[in-house]
Amino acid sequence: MTTLLLLALAVPVAGAVFIALLRKNPNAREAASLVTAGVLFAIVLRIYRAVSGGARPEVTLAEPLPGIRIALEAEPLGVLFALIASFLWIVTTAYSIGYMRGHHEKNQTRFYLFFAFAIASVMGVAFAGNLFTLFAFYEVLSLATFPLVTHAGTDAAKRAGRVYLGILFSTSVVFQLLGIIWVYAVAGTVDFEPGGILRGNVGAGLVPILLALFVFGIGKAAVMPFHRWLPAAMVAPTPVSALLHAVAVVKAGVFSVLKVTVYIFGFDFVAETGASVWLMWAAAATIILGSLVAFTKDNLKARLAYSTVSQLSYVVLGAMLANGLGVIGSGMHIAMHAFGKITLFFCAGAIMVAAHKSEVSQLNGLGRRMPVTFAAFLIGTLSIVGLPPTGGAWSKWFLGVGSVEAGQIGLVAVLMLSSLLSLAYLLEIPIRGFFGKEGEGAHGAHGDGGASGEARAHADGSAPGHADRGGSHDAHDPAHAHHGTHQDAHAHHGAPRWSVAAITVTAAACIALFVYPEPFYRLMTMVTGP
Amino acid sequence: MSAHLPILQVVVPLLAAPFCLFLKRGRVAWGLAVLASWAALAIALALLDQVMREGVLSYAIGDWAPPIGIEYRVDVVNAWVLVIVSGIGAIVSPYAMASIEREVEAGRIPLFYAAYLLCLSGLLGITITGDMFNVFVFLEISSLSAYALIALGQARRALTSAFRYLIMGSVGATFIVIGIGLLYVMTGTLNMADLAQLLPEVWDSRTVKVAYGFLTVGFCLKLALFPLHLWLPNAYTYAPSAVTAFMASTATKVAVYMLLRFFLTIFGAPFSFDVMALDRVLLPLALVAIASMSLVAIFQVNVKRLLAYSSVAQIGYMILGLSFATVTGLTATLLHLFNHALMKGALFMAMGCVMYRIGSVHINAMAGLGRRMPWTMAAFVVGGLSLVGVPLTVGFVSKWYLILGALERGWWPVAILVLLTSLLALVYIWRVVEAAYFRDFPGDEQTREAPWTLLGPTWALVALNLYFGIDAGRTVQIARQAAETLMAGISP
Repeated sequence: MTTLLLLALAVPVAGAVFIALLRKNPNAREAASLVTAGVLFAIVLRIYRAVSGGARPEVTLAEPLPGIRIALEAEPLGVLFALIASFLWIVTTAYSIGYMRGHHEKNQTRFYLFFAFAIASVMGVAFAGNLFTLFAFYEVLSLATFPLVTHAGTDAAKRAGRVYLGILFSTSVVFQLLGIIWVYAVAGTVDFEPGGILRGNVGAGLVPILLALFVFGIGKAAVMPFHRWLPAAMVAPTPVSALLHAVAVVKAGVFSVLKVTVYIFGFDFVAETGASVWLMWAAAATIILGSLVAFTKDNLKARLAYSTVSQLSYVVLGAMLANGLGVIGSGMHIAMHAFGKITLFFCAGAIMVAAHKSEVSQLNGLGRRMPVTFAAFLIGTLSIVGLPPTGGAWSKWFLGVGSVEAGQIGLVAVLMLSSLLSLAYLLEIPIRGFFGKEGEGAHGAHGDGGASGEARAHADGSAPGHADRGGSHDAHDPAHAHHGTHQDAHAHHGAPRWSVAAITVTAAACIALFVYPEPFYRLMTMVTGP
Repeated sequence: MSAHLPILQVVVPLLAAPFCLFLKRGRVAWGLAVLASWAALAIALALLDQVMREGVLSYAIGDWAPPIGIEYRVDVVNAWVLVIVSGIGAIVSPYAMASIEREVEAGRIPLFYAAYLLCLSGLLGITITGDMFNVFVFLEISSLSAYALIALGQARRALTSAFRYLIMGSVGATFIVIGIGLLYVMTGTLNMADLAQLLPEVWDSRTVKVAYGFLTVGFCLKLALFPLHLWLPNAYTYAPSAVTAFMASTATKVAVYMLLRFFLTIFGAPFSFDVMALDRVLLPLALVAIASMSLVAIFQVNVKRLLAYSSVAQIGYMILGLSFATVTGLTATLLHLFNHALMKGALFMAMGCVMYRIGSVHINAMAGLGRRMPWTMAAFVVGGLSLVGVPLTVGFVSKWYLILGALERGWWPVAILVLLTSLLALVYIWRVVEAAYFRDFPGDEQTREAPWTLLGPTWALVALNLYFGIDAGRTVQIARQAAETLMAGISP
């Protein structure tokens, strides 16, 4: 059993080695990526079976400091996160093959290599057995994703990379690490234990401070005002934005918040001390402000990024509610938002590759040319908003009920308001796509003959003023001048075949999770206990 | 044989030094220096092992029993420092061959190795001796040879830097010898263990307090505590690369050791902390050193100078640990002695590799080097991460105990300052990383990776940075035991 845990870490690393070795042969290299992803998912699935059967496999790798171990342990919450990340890695790999080739990205080997490293660190975060291990893999994840964020190598990418690493590192070092050492100083251990380790060790006055050190110190959870790195990271190629900045990295953040709340503080203890009340409102503020900023973004990826900022705080909010229902809703939202948001990013990427459109205002009428993509976008939107028949409905339900139980009726209003806001700013896209009239700016969706118009659209896209808004997608570049000749090879609606397949899978999953949310729900009830 | 290890520790490099002068050929002198350095490391490790198992070792030189004769006294504290100094010597000396041949005139190379071995034996002597005046003698041996080593640098500014260091160093040594003299006047003994017994009787005398003051200033000059650090940046910048790597990892560490030995073993923790308020004097200086020197480092364009300012800041961390006046704080200090030697050694050696190939360590000259010299720059990155204190490197271990010490005292603003300044370290390391990896290489297309004779030792240190970051159990145990020894004062 413990070997499975080690394999979950070793397989992506081994995959990275194969990717590097096969760099001369792109087809073999991508096959290696796919196989690795598949094997990893199979491993996580076996861990899932064992854990849902009640097993808690654990293994200690090293003991850097006396009493501080690098240890892996599988428990339900971590398994939930690992399941989502490893499954979506398969889908994203398939999507990337279409995207990276269709988009003529450079340095593709480096891209797949660091992608595999990032997934390895995500597995480390998911299965971390104590705070120290979590912190170590958290930092490795920041480092491993840095080359992906700056993939384009342009000045804008470099600047974004600085913001990305700067915010993630400073919050984690100044707040999170201080919190960890503080926990160790008062509790004498940093191990994750059911029910937490702080009860009886800390005065009630210190708990809110410690909790805040974690909520803000885990910068990957993007609670305002430490959210700027996420829009900045959107300069990366779309598959990176899709898997890492809608699923793996950001979910590693909110997952860590949830895990610390449950296994270090113990959510009962948090509720008793009232430590989280003001943090609930910090999360609520992020939810509303994130949505409002998303409204102002015309760049599609930037809009999605702010939507993510807003949605991540749902998970934080669920943890801060500090009751069983809130925690269940929080964990379910990690899953539901992952599937919804990755679908939206996949669609954004497909639109970019096939039609070279990056701004919402350019999407008029495009839905008729790319019906699958825009239909998937609609499904993803519904799931993010939390409407049936999509999985998102479940997590919103539990979060709402959890708020009521916590006696915070105001938060229910926040949740509803934010749902309306996200409905408005996301629904604009499929509506424009299906019902909008194709204006002057939006011709040549097939990429045939529209080369000069495209070049103009792209020059706009990478203008400096635009980059400041953080979300511009100037990850691609001169390659566009000659895209026209390649477009014919693509599927009938313009997007690469691999990518369409990936979009279909995640959109279908959004609906499937409405009918069958059982596995995630059961895992979360194991976390909250009977 | 093993009974004579304490004296051999000093005598082996000391006797090897003059032989280097007779050997006219540089490579032969180098071979002898390497042999002597490794022998010194072997002896130091044997001593540490023996002390950990059997407790304090006392060696009477020439069989003259202390306190009349000179005593060499080894406990966990100085065995630990001996390992640090000789370990760095053992790694830097193989590295020196290629680096020195590039940076020093051929005729002076045997002189270089003679000076290096003298410096090494001086530092080891300061550490191992149990006699106060002997400390001063070895201090002069190591300092004079250090001035010579620095003056061997290529740039003409090496001469003025060495001269400046000479002046400041001599002032420091003079203050120390005055302090020692005053203590001798009051007690009539030079033996440290003896002094520790006799001093409590004369605690109240003004002479002892004046001696304490002289010693404080002298030590702080030698260990380059802000604001007495002015000699250090130039000396490190213009010395030959191998010398910088060696000195940065050893000389200031030994000065910190002297301070600990005098103030905690001889005067005793109660006198230092309760009567003289040493902790309250050092705390603000350490905090200012950490914050201001890290900031200054950010604005340097010469990477060796950048690392030199960073060293002054890092010395601040060591003194900060001392100023907590707790076992945890001292553990952090003693750990950081070792850990900082590993990280700064690795970083300066990486800079030596750069110097070897492109003849400059200016940040602009290093543009694009990440592709030209991947191993060198990778070593710099790992060493840099260690300096920042990323988990699984030695830097993290130091930081962990330093913050734990601060929280134990309830000084959370200090903890936050330590964390914030580690971000400053990230900034100045990042500037180099960005130059090396994100800018285009402007220079000669022929520039290649440094030879393995340089890379091997550099990566050996890098590997140690990682090894002792992943498995710090042993080093923490030694450091804690040493800290407890220091806090407990001398055992009768």
